[in-house]
Amino acid sequence: MKCGRCSKPAVLHITEVRQKEVQALHLCEGCAKEYLSHSQASKADAAIDSDSESEASLLEELDQKLCPNCGISFKEFRAQGRLGCPHDYVVFEDELLPLLENIHGETTHAGKIPKRSPQASQLQFQLIKLRNELRTSVEEERYEDAARIRDSIRHIEETRSKAESGRTSNDPD
Amino acid sequence: MDLESLTRTSGEWLKATGPDSDIVMSSRIRLARNLADFSFPSRADDRARAEIEELLRRQIAKNPAGRKLNYISVSSLDTIDRQMLVERQLISREHSETHGQRGVGISDEENVSVMINEEDHLRIQVLRSGFALDDCWLEIDAIDDAIEADRTYAFNDRLGYLTACPTNCGTGIRVSVLMHLPALVHTKEIQKVFQALQKINLAVRGLYGEGSQAMGDFYQISNQVTLGKSEEHLIRTIQDVVPNIVSYERRVRQALVSENRRGLHDQVSRAYGILKTARTISSEETMDLLSSVRLGINLGLIDDLEIPTINELFIHTQPAHLQKIRHEKLETMERNVARADYIRQRLSERN
Ligand SMILES: [Zn+2]
Ligand SMILES: [Zn+2]
Repeated sequence: MKCGRCSKPAVLHITEVRQKEVQALHLCEGCAKEYLSHSQASKADAAIDSDSESEASLLEELDQKLCPNCGISFKEFRAQGRLGCPHDYVVFEDELLPLLENIHGETTHAGKIPKRSPQASQLQFQLIKLRNELRTSVEEERYEDAARIRDSIRHIEETRSKAESGRTSNDPD
Repeated sequence: MDLESLTRTSGEWLKATGPDSDIVMSSRIRLARNLADFSFPSRADDRARAEIEELLRRQIAKNPAGRKLNYISVSSLDTIDRQMLVERQLISREHSETHGQRGVGISDEENVSVMINEEDHLRIQVLRSGFALDDCWLEIDAIDDAIEADRTYAFNDRLGYLTACPTNCGTGIRVSVLMHLPALVHTKEIQKVFQALQKINLAVRGLYGEGSQAMGDFYQISNQVTLGKSEEHLIRTIQDVVPNIVSYERRVRQALVSENRRGLHDQVSRAYGILKTARTISSEETMDLLSSVRLGINLGLIDDLEIPTINELFIHTQPAHLQKIRHEKLETMERNVARADYIRQRLSERN
């Protein structure tokens, strides 16, 4: 994606709400700095508000929260505008919902639903972490750990295929 | 799929066979999908990306929904070949420029493309000539179902299909229509169209260009919202608005003809004349002149040339195509000469 002000690659993605107008901004490093210095100045004006300090530290804390599966922090997401894995939608739900509301005006899916159950999908998010751990343990030659992790992966995959075969027998389609 | 032969052909969607294809160049729907058991591509390491590519390449090889797809490993192509796929709208610029294992499955007619490891694990795209969104949806929905029968997508009850960027989550759908609007641009009426579309949350973008000035008077209209509305609803929003723009463009064209037929005839004939005789020509000028000639053909002012030829020239005069045709790397000035040569040759074939 390119910067909306010049045509360099965009690194900052912000959604702004001004007088009910929702605006998605995609900015390159240079334009982002300029934009942030301006918005910083206006924040400073508003900062006379007494509990701004505790708000700032709360923000800081949110930024440090990590996804257990892919390891991304909310701060990293804000910097690059891209999430790390599907599980982030669960981990950062509180922070993402207002953002989604800004972008889409709604926060509840109303479209197509896959034939597979969402529970199966959710269960699979754990595989992201397990697969990463498996890779690292093999690289570090911790073979006992690797074997244990491989069993867990197999267990989840079996649970999935059982759920699927159950579905197929009930559903002639 | 033989990339060399692509310079002699063009996608089915350029053949101007679809409804309203004098004004609606093409209709397109794309779906963003992710596997539930991997990080999104930008956060997946090389090995995970290779695994994702392998899993999904196998899905493509199974010809989902009966669609034969030719697989191309994009990561092993050189820059010119990647750029050529971008010019043909078969892969996105992001997919061409990003790093790591990735690929695309393309149908022979070039109206289906399935990108692997773009911003999301899967980006399925279906293109059609003219105003044909229902056809696009029927086909893409079937391909999506076929892949989903084998792989578990990242999905949750509340937020729908989960995507790397929150701007795509929910349906993951982008519905777009590429329109040729020379008369609305010429009379500046296009501004009214922009404002009306903005009010109903639709985005307008120029072809190829990133800025507000569209190349060759082509504009792409698409949805921005993907969450909270059904696919059918989002498609219908565009289907409702496009006929109004089509008839607006037609009305203004007729007004231009009745006000000053001779002036308009002169303008499109001069554009045609320059294309037939120029010895060096930039990409921008080519786009402008092709746009005039396209308008001239549709108004019956030019009668020895067909729309598909002009549509194809818009694609084949792009930098990577010219370099593939010439089999050599060309700098801007050399490309301008090669472009003029190629256009002269193509237009003289017609007579
Ligand atoms: Zn910039
Ligand atoms: Zn994550």
